[in-house]
Formats: sequence, C-alpha cells, structure tokens
Amino acid sequence: MLLLAFDTATPAVTIALCEAPDAGPPGAGRVLAELTTVDARRHGELLTPGIREVLAKAGAGARELSAIAVGVGPGPYTGLRVGLATAQALGAALGVPAHGVHTLDALAFASGRSEPFLAATDARRKEIFWARYADARHRETEVAVDRPAEVPVGGLPVIGHGGLLYPDVLGGGLDPVYPSAGALGLLAAERLAAGEPLPPARPVYLRRPDARQPGAPKPVSRP
Amino acid sequence: MTDAPLVLGIETSCDETGIGLVRGHTLLADEIASSVEEHARFGGVVPEVASRAHLEAMTPTIARALDRAGASLADVDAIAVTAGPGLAGALLVGVAAAKAYALALDKPLYGVNHLSAHVAVDQLEHGALPKPCVALLVSGGHSSLLLVRDLAQAVVPLGATVDDAAGEAYDKVARLLGMPFPGGPPIDRAAREGDPAAIRFPRGKYDDGTLDFSFAGLKTAVARWVEDRRRAGEPVPVADVAASFQEAVVDVLTKKAIAACREHGADHLLIGGGVAANSRLRALAEERCRAAGIHLRVPRPKLCTDNGAMVAALGAELVSANALPSRLDLPADSSLPVEYVRV
Repeated sequence: MLLLAFDTATPAVTIALCEAPDAGPPGAGRVLAELTTVDARRHGELLTPGIREVLAKAGAGARELSAIAVGVGPGPYTGLRVGLATAQALGAALGVPAHGVHTLDALAFASGRSEPFLAATDARRKEIFWARYADARHRETEVAVDRPAEVPVGGLPVIGHGGLLYPDVLGGGLDPVYPSAGALGLLAAERLAAGEPLPPARPVYLRRPDARQPGAPKPVSRP
Repeated sequence: MTDAPLVLGIETSCDETGIGLVRGHTLLADEIASSVEEHARFGGVVPEVASRAHLEAMTPTIARALDRAGASLADVDAIAVTAGPGLAGALLVGVAAAKAYALALDKPLYGVNHLSAHVAVDQLEHGALPKPCVALLVSGGHSSLLLVRDLAQAVVPLGATVDDAAGEAYDKVARLLGMPFPGGPPIDRAAREGDPAAIRFPRGKYDDGTLDFSFAGLKTAVARWVEDRRRAGEPVPVADVAASFQEAVVDVLTKKAIAACREHGADHLLIGGGVAANSRLRALAEERCRAAGIHLRVPRPKLCTDNGAMVAALGAELVSANALPSRLDLPADSSLPVEYVRV
C-alpha cells in the first residue's frame, strides 16, 4: 500500500509518504519521503503545499495513494482540525479510506522504546495530553488531559513536548519531542497489515468548547 | 451557460457550512448544514462550536450537493472557498478542505472574499450585475456599503459600521425583549403588530455626511427605555419597541444606501446578507428606491444568508474573468479587507 500520513496536533506539521505490504509481519514498511516543519501558527498554510512537496519528492501522484492516515490528536483544536479536514477531503476526493491514529501513539512508536514510559504533548492552559505505554507499540491507558502535577508519572521516563514544557514535574521530555509522520504512517501500515482496526479520521478533543449560557442582560442604566 | 465551468463553492465563515455548485450564472446546488441550534442557548455564535460543526458537516454536505446537482467530483472544474472575513477557526476548516479537494482533483483553487460573494450571488437570480452598482450588505457580522465597479476585481468600500453590525443589534435587542437567537426573525414578526413611530429611538450617524453606520447607541437606547419601563412597574409594549427599533435600523440603512447610489452615480442597489431577509428593510428600500429612480435587487432570502452558492458564484465570475488562481499556501484571514475580492 501507498500511504500518505500527516499530523497537525502539535506545533509540528509533519507529512510522509510510506510504502508497506498490504499484509504480513511488522517492520516491512519504509518511508519514501518526509517533511516536518515546526510552526505552531501556520498549519493551514503549510499542510497542503507540504503534501504536494512530499508527493513530488517521492515521484508519486495523489491518485496513486491507497490510503490516508492522520493524527487525530488530541491537540490544540484549530491546528488539529486542519489535518482532519484535509484527510477527510483527500479521502473523499480520491476515493480512498482516511484512517486515524492517536497522535501520542505515533509519538510513542517513534521512540522505539521497549520499557514502560509516558508520552505527553502540550494541551495549553497549563495542562498536558498524556498516556502511559508498555512499549513503543502498546498503550496502557486512555489518553487524558491533566495538569502536569496530577499525572501519575511513577518515576517513568516521559517523552514528548509535554515533558519538555514541565521539566520540574515530568523530568524533562525525552526524544522524540514531536510526532513524525513517517512513524505515524508506518504504525498505521503495520496495524492495517495485521488486520487491526484504526479509529476513524475524526478529532479527539477531550474538552468541551468554552461557552457559558448567558444570564439576564446586564442593565445599561442605574436605577 | 451550460458549458460554463462547474465551480464548487465552500463557505464556513460563521455558523453555516454552505456548499454550492454553479455553472456561470446557473445555480445547480445549494446545500447548508447549520449549527445555529447549537448556538441558540448561548445567545450568539460560539466559535469553537461552529468550527467543530464545520468539520463534521464538510464532506457529507459536499456529497449531498453533488448528488443534488447530479454531478460527481470528477466534473468539478474549479474550487472556490471563503478565505475571509469571518471566524478564524471556522474559516480554516473550509480553506483546508478546499485545498485538499483542489490538490486531489488537480483543479484551480480560488480563495474569495465573503462580502463580494454576497454580491455575486445575486447574479444567480437576476443575471449579470450592471456596472457600477452599490451593494448594502447587512448581517450579524457585517454592515457595509460597497461600490461594485467590477465583481472580479474592483469592489470599493464606501462605509461600514463603526461598532455593532445591524444583525448584532437585532440579536441584542431580541435578548432584551426575551426573544430567541437569532433575533432578526422574531423582531420582524413582533414589529408587524407594533407602531414604528411609537418611540423615537436615535438614528446613529444619520446626518454626519459619511456612509458609515453605528448601532451600539441605538441598542443602548432601547435597553435604557425598556429598563425605565420595567423599573416604573409598567408593562413593556414589546411590539411597539420592536417596530420602533426596527424602523430606526432600516431608516438609516436605506437612507445611506440611497445616498451612496447618488454620490457614485449608480442606478442599481443590491441588498444582501441575512438582514436582507427582513420584511421592513425590503419594503422601505423598495419605497425609497422607487422615489429615487433606483433599481433595487434583493436575492431570495435563502441566497441572502450565508451559503455556498454565493462562493461558487464569485468563483465562477473569477474563472470567466481569467483571474489567477490562489496558491495552496493561501491563509484564512479573519479580517480580510473588502478590497481583496480574491486572495
């Protein structure tokens, strides 16, 4: 399969084209081209031109793609939605499936770790998105959003930007800091080849929108 | 026009996911997924709620529009999308999707101005716009007068509100009177039973010689009047307040629109935006245009509120004018100036 992968759930806009067998054991896929740009404020500007560049670098056309894999977050909403809107539209326009991959799973997979650890990304508002992993391929908890001090670190190493932001509590944030689309694509390809289901390409927000129901209108004049 | 290019239009600047399909001046599909009911209990549009709804609605609404038009994505010749002005996060969903469709289908992308699109949509109903013409655009987010010399390249701002948009004033007064959001329709209904001359509410910037508007003072004056009544323990004559408020809004809108036509030698006035669905605005504009010898054009209400057909209509205009397509790094610009028809 020829898989286009990308993630916009962190300050990084990361895009990769991966080639992998349709079935079989893990480890047979490879990354044909990859492009990562860290710029938290320009996801919308960077993603589609980046996809075009990655396809060109690999000498592939959009119509040759067999699937899309996108990071479903959680992550800052505006950037996150750029990736999801793009994945859904590409899937619809090319007639190929658009699969989701948890962004923290892609980060964990890229670490290549074989011992337990935590993966954490920035959730803003002094919170992090985090999950605990048994190793690079196996998540042990649901992805959660918490203040760093509330996370049960238990002495485990912490990978990712979330750890980097709160070194006092989380011990610093080991590599990789940001997810890579190459890893995300290879992880998706592995799961698809093994017949494991991937989540749909829909965003994981973990928080409700900030909105309060208004009370009575405030008076404009004094009694 | 059946041979004209098929243009897909995507609109996500506020709370409506609008998808339109247009060939030339012919409307083939106009599908809307609205999140207005999710916002109603908050008394206004919540940007994050709107952005989430756009993402959910985007690909299904495009599929529905294609179905309605009896077309497939392979038939689409160009893609137009609202690049601004509007809610930043909401715009970005439409822009991201539009770029992906453009890349996947290998078709040109046109990032267009929401306000110019409100003008362009009238061509789907009433044919080519005469040049020049004046456009009055009034909605919950905008109150603007534009001189349209050439829809594809020259739209000049003549005036705009200096504070609240007209539709915003409707929403706030409706809330004050205990009416639901959006406030335009319930005030319009209540006003039909009321006396527009019952209370003389102030007309902001009425005689200031500019083509700008101001509605914040009017809104406060209505609140003050209603509060005085309530404090005195007297009943609030809701129909009279609604009618008098509405009269103040449409009086100043139509007066300045006619003045703009006269100042710029335009004998056609176009009214667009959600407030153009208001019955009193339509009636007073007709009356004053007739007296001034000006032709009035108002699209049907469904084309006045935000929709994708208007974006497709402007895209079709740009394609036929051989305008340069937008680049794939096109940004969504929440405060895109009126002068930029295309980004």
